[in-house]
Amino acid sequence: MIRHLAGRLGQALVASFGVLTIVFFVMRLSGDPTLLLVPEGATAEQIAALRHALGFDRPLFVQYLSYLADLARLDLGESLVQRSGVAGIVAERIPYTVELAAGALVVALGIGIPAGVAMAVWRGGMVERLLAGFVLTGQSLPTFWSGILLILLFGVHLRWLPTSGADGLSSLVMPAIALGALTMSTFARMTRIAVLDELSRDYVSAARARGLSLGAAVARHVLRNAAIPVVTIAALEVGNLLAGAVIVETVFAWPGIGQLAIQSIAARDFLIVQTVVLFVSVVYIGMNLLADIAYAVIDPRIRLDR
Amino acid sequence: MSDAPALVVENLSLAIGPAGLVDGVGFQVAPGEVMAIVGESGCGKSVTAQAIMRLLPDAIRQTGGRILLGGRDISAIPERAMRAVRGQLMSMIFQEPQAALDPLTTVGSQIAEALRQPLGRVRGEVLRMLRDVGISDPERRIDQHPFELSGGMCQRIMIASALISRPAVLIADEPTTALDVTIQAQILDLLRRLAIERQTAVVLITHDMGVVADIADRVAVMYAGRIAEAGPTAEIFAAPRHPYTALLLASIPRLSDVPKSKLAVIEGRVPSPSEYGPGCRFASRCPRADARCAAETPPLRPLGDGRLTACFHAEAMA
Ligand SMILES: Nc1ncnc2c1ncn2[C@@H]1O[C@H](COP(=O)(O)OP(=O)(O)O)[C@@H](O)[C@H]1O
Ligand SMILES: [Mg+2]
Repeated sequence: MIRHLAGRLGQALVASFGVLTIVFFVMRLSGDPTLLLVPEGATAEQIAALRHALGFDRPLFVQYLSYLADLARLDLGESLVQRSGVAGIVAERIPYTVELAAGALVVALGIGIPAGVAMAVWRGGMVERLLAGFVLTGQSLPTFWSGILLILLFGVHLRWLPTSGADGLSSLVMPAIALGALTMSTFARMTRIAVLDELSRDYVSAARARGLSLGAAVARHVLRNAAIPVVTIAALEVGNLLAGAVIVETVFAWPGIGQLAIQSIAARDFLIVQTVVLFVSVVYIGMNLLADIAYAVIDPRIRLDR
Repeated sequence: MSDAPALVVENLSLAIGPAGLVDGVGFQVAPGEVMAIVGESGCGKSVTAQAIMRLLPDAIRQTGGRILLGGRDISAIPERAMRAVRGQLMSMIFQEPQAALDPLTTVGSQIAEALRQPLGRVRGEVLRMLRDVGISDPERRIDQHPFELSGGMCQRIMIASALISRPAVLIADEPTTALDVTIQAQILDLLRRLAIERQTAVVLITHDMGVVADIADRVAVMYAGRIAEAGPTAEIFAAPRHPYTALLLASIPRLSDVPKSKLAVIEGRVPSPSEYGPGCRFASRCPRADARCAAETPPLRPLGDGRLTACFHAEAMA
């Protein structure tokens, strides 16, 4: 089990190193930010001097090695635009994105999993058809579109919720729904399949032959068995949530790292973009490790297989 | 065996859509008696068991008949009342013991479910039951998971969970089919002993005439959803009066057989429910079939020696 986790951690580190490298070079394909930083009417000499001061006149590969060296010393560098530490700028935005992602996860798990269980247990009936329509809606509306619809309905038309910004729980509701809808549908579909699969197994008939009601058999046995595939999806979905956050934060003017990433790409503030990517990879790795630990907690076959 | 029967199945009929699966099946089992239902795969044994437990798949309906448990008709009682019957008055064990146990729950907790108590409250009783079904080192086994136990042990666990609340009836659907021959014999001995000790009426479903010979007091031979012949095992084995029974018996391997000699096999195949027509369903494969067999359904009738046979040629076979 420990060896397995260590192996997974190693793989994840290699993968995030790869992502970081790709981002480093792709960002620089579009040129350097010197021109965006110099005052209007600057001479060619002034531009060259600034470019030299910022180190952008060095060969790309040298810049890359120097970035890695800084990273190894846990030095994330300074923002080119804001002239302050990147670590502080990103850290300031993280709580907002965590709040948003947590809200979305509550929506996704809280609705998706019960909906999936209900669709499986009451298959072939009215309940399944209604829920299937609901799930399809969540799945087929693009995030920016559902975000705008929500703003128009609850923010502009009904005036129940604020249309943008991060100011208390009421402002979280719409962004969390917009971000969580797709993940909710994924959870509902996966849970439905997992529960259906388990319901057809002999141990369910055996539990019922022992006198358990279908509901009791589901609660005592089926849910835990069905949780194993759902946990896998959950870990992957956190990655999708963070990707979706970029769009939702832009639509709702939510001051998280997604919004920061978009602003920084436009300003060619390379180090901030790289740090956001680094943070997202670390979260993604953490979630997958958490999933591996969850398997062991759920399934004695993994836990006891040393 | 003069006791009132523990279980009576009367004229049970099952259908899936328009196709009949089981047609007028009836039998009874006394306390302490083992009654075997034997027949080729697909003849309706498992659905009959599920109908008795009232655990039929959604697609299959009961279209007729009654199920009397200790004299009470349970075929129409509400599901709530049925839950008080299952596991308490009537239990069931399955073909694949490992698949019939939840892989994530300890075997002890699954046995305790039949007592409707958490394991902590009934641990002593569960341990006693484990010993009774021949599990060695029960203190350790009780907290293990199914994957840590062999198939034979898992079947013993299933038997423990089925019998711990002392039901009057046990339905065993191919309980040894998935097990090795030596383990198979041990499990059959165990069922036999527990049936007598606890006066449980056992319905044992199998496709194997060898199993019937080992354990059953009486046997009902099923073919294509109907009973072909039923009666005391000794009588039927000594002198089958239905051509299908005779062919099944001829297909049992015997120790006296010359090695690699060909077993008698029954030519043709079992018709599927959608192909059931008028007349005797075995007629297409029967060496004795005549025009009447193809047109008319032979009724199941007593032959006087405690046996029932559904064949127009029963007397000719004597
Ligand atoms: N869940 C089900 N849905 C549809 N048909 C079924 C189902 N279970 C059994 N059947 C049909 O019922 C007939 C009898 O099956 P079964 O009772 O399992 O046979 P046996 O146990 O004697 O091998 C078969 O034709 C089978 O195809
Ligand atoms: Mg069967």
